[in-house]
Amino acid sequence: MSDESKKAPYIVPIGPNHPALKEPVMFTFEMEGEMVRDVDFAPGQTHRGIEWMGMRRNPVQIVHLTDRICGICGVSHTLAFARAVEQVTGIEVPERADYIRAIIAEFERIQSHLLWAGVAAHELGFDSLLHLTWRVREQSMDVIENLTGNRVNYGIVQVGGVRRDIVPEQHRIIEECLSTYEGLLGKLLNLFLDDKTITMRCRDCGVLSRKEALDLCTVGPTARASGVNVDLRQDYPYAAYGDLEVKAILPDQHLGETHGDVYDRIVVRLLEVGQSCQIIRQCLSEMPAGPFTAEEKLAKLLAICKKATGEAIGRVEAPRGECFHYVRMDGKEAPSTWKVKASSYSNLMSWIPMLRGEQIADIPIIVASIDPCLSCTDRVAVVRDGSSRILTKENLHRLSVEKTRRLQS
Amino acid sequence: MTEGILTPGQVVEHFTGRFGTGIHHTRIDERREGKKKIPNYNIWIDLEKDLLKPAIGALMELHFPHLAVISGSDMGESLRLLYHFSIYYGRVKGEYTVTFAVMLPKADLSIPTISDLIPGAVFSEREKQEFLGVKVIGIPDDRRLFLPEDFPDGIYPWRKDGTGIPDSMVKDLWASKRPVDRPAPPLPEVPACRPDEGEKSGAPAGTETGKEGSS
Repeated sequence: MSDESKKAPYIVPIGPNHPALKEPVMFTFEMEGEMVRDVDFAPGQTHRGIEWMGMRRNPVQIVHLTDRICGICGVSHTLAFARAVEQVTGIEVPERADYIRAIIAEFERIQSHLLWAGVAAHELGFDSLLHLTWRVREQSMDVIENLTGNRVNYGIVQVGGVRRDIVPEQHRIIEECLSTYEGLLGKLLNLFLDDKTITMRCRDCGVLSRKEALDLCTVGPTARASGVNVDLRQDYPYAAYGDLEVKAILPDQHLGETHGDVYDRIVVRLLEVGQSCQIIRQCLSEMPAGPFTAEEKLAKLLAICKKATGEAIGRVEAPRGECFHYVRMDGKEAPSTWKVKASSYSNLMSWIPMLRGEQIADIPIIVASIDPCLSCTDRVAVVRDGSSRILTKENLHRLSVEKTRRLQS
Repeated sequence: MTEGILTPGQVVEHFTGRFGTGIHHTRIDERREGKKKIPNYNIWIDLEKDLLKPAIGALMELHFPHLAVISGSDMGESLRLLYHFSIYYGRVKGEYTVTFAVMLPKADLSIPTISDLIPGAVFSEREKQEFLGVKVIGIPDDRRLFLPEDFPDGIYPWRKDGTGIPDSMVKDLWASKRPVDRPAPPLPEVPACRPDEGEKSGAPAGTETGKEGSS
């Protein structure tokens, strides 16, 4: 280290820790001047052993654990887990519950994508846009609170159905929120996509080719922005999505070409907000009447789960892509195996090709562009001439903002 | 990819026809949800360990597979590794998952890497090495992934035998009490929530307390 660090390339570690992340990431950048030559990362800085905990709990306890795997995807993990357990136990979910699940999942996508859009704007130094997106995001959080009782850990999905119904009085609140967003979407698209500076910063920045996206098993908007046609809502009917005509949103449908860059990731996510509004509206109008849970009594539900043997997969399209749960039950109270694969798990490796050859000031926006919960850029230490200098997230952010200003002048 | 799309049954035949007795068991799970009850298919194929890579090769002839994750189960005498793929994504309501399961006896926990076929698999293979103690032969990067650097060697959290997490490593945070070497709290401790008393309780909201009835 001692002699190596005096010569270029410099080694720049970023991370590892931030309390807001499920998996804070430790990055190590090999820099040559301003350019990233190579990247390595080490996730798992706060691996909480949730799977281990789950293998010692019963499914009804686990759904509350899955709610807490991610602070943003509060419903995706629970839905994926519940779907797996339902397949092992053979529980048929009432149709109404399938629709309520889809509605909540789409609201989650709206609030997650708006949150991400705000973060992206902030990383580019466009803070007025951050404030706009985060202000309008509040409305979807309010609706989620109205529907589930909670803003973050929704606690709405239970094995066999959902825990709360959507009543007619709530339709008006949902409709109001949807029309606000549909009215706003044009403005947001205009602000993000027609802005000259954002285009200069994001076009052909952090490129992930289609082949790399396939090879590295990427999922969700990150894969779609690289032109891979994947969307579980389109490909793999679950909950109410089998009844709907969902089409994966790909950049070339709207721009005529695919670059696989940060700009395309913005396009895909923003257009998905509009798509989610349409899906919610369709679900509301077609929602069948009937019960919203297969088994109301938890003791009975647990008895069913305890008898079940077998294995199953639960897959859900979370805001960031495929969320995958494998559950194996051997006739005991707790599942004998439980594997959680969050969507970012599949996307992290795509950072390496994206970041190679880019500038240090572009690191924040590229790292953010796969929507990993950005806080990993919290603290950066630059080791230069043997002495190290800590770059805080603020420093790094300032570099990014300065680059925007340079481009503007 | 070239000659159209196979049905789930044909996908299974694609493998049983080629590998014969090397395939121990196959199963097609069908799940129908929503009003229209349009099915999705999960295909499960249990096969010989040596056939894993040829089988992935055969799967790649159908469609470039997406690897979701590798999961693993401790079955007592052996470990069961499951490679969860999906094919035909991008086809409206036509994606299948294909899971290859192999049994590894605990005496020989080695498995060849598949990262030469699917580079993204390294991530999951590294996780299996540290969580199940599998030895992935030829893995391009065999560092730890999620576990901390000071995690003891020879302990594999998902194993259910003696190499699993021992009780001594489990921190029962619920059982921890207020540290004894601290000054007394400014207000006497009361349980944070006592349903009978409602708001009469003198403690300010959010007061941290230990387990009720301590000592």
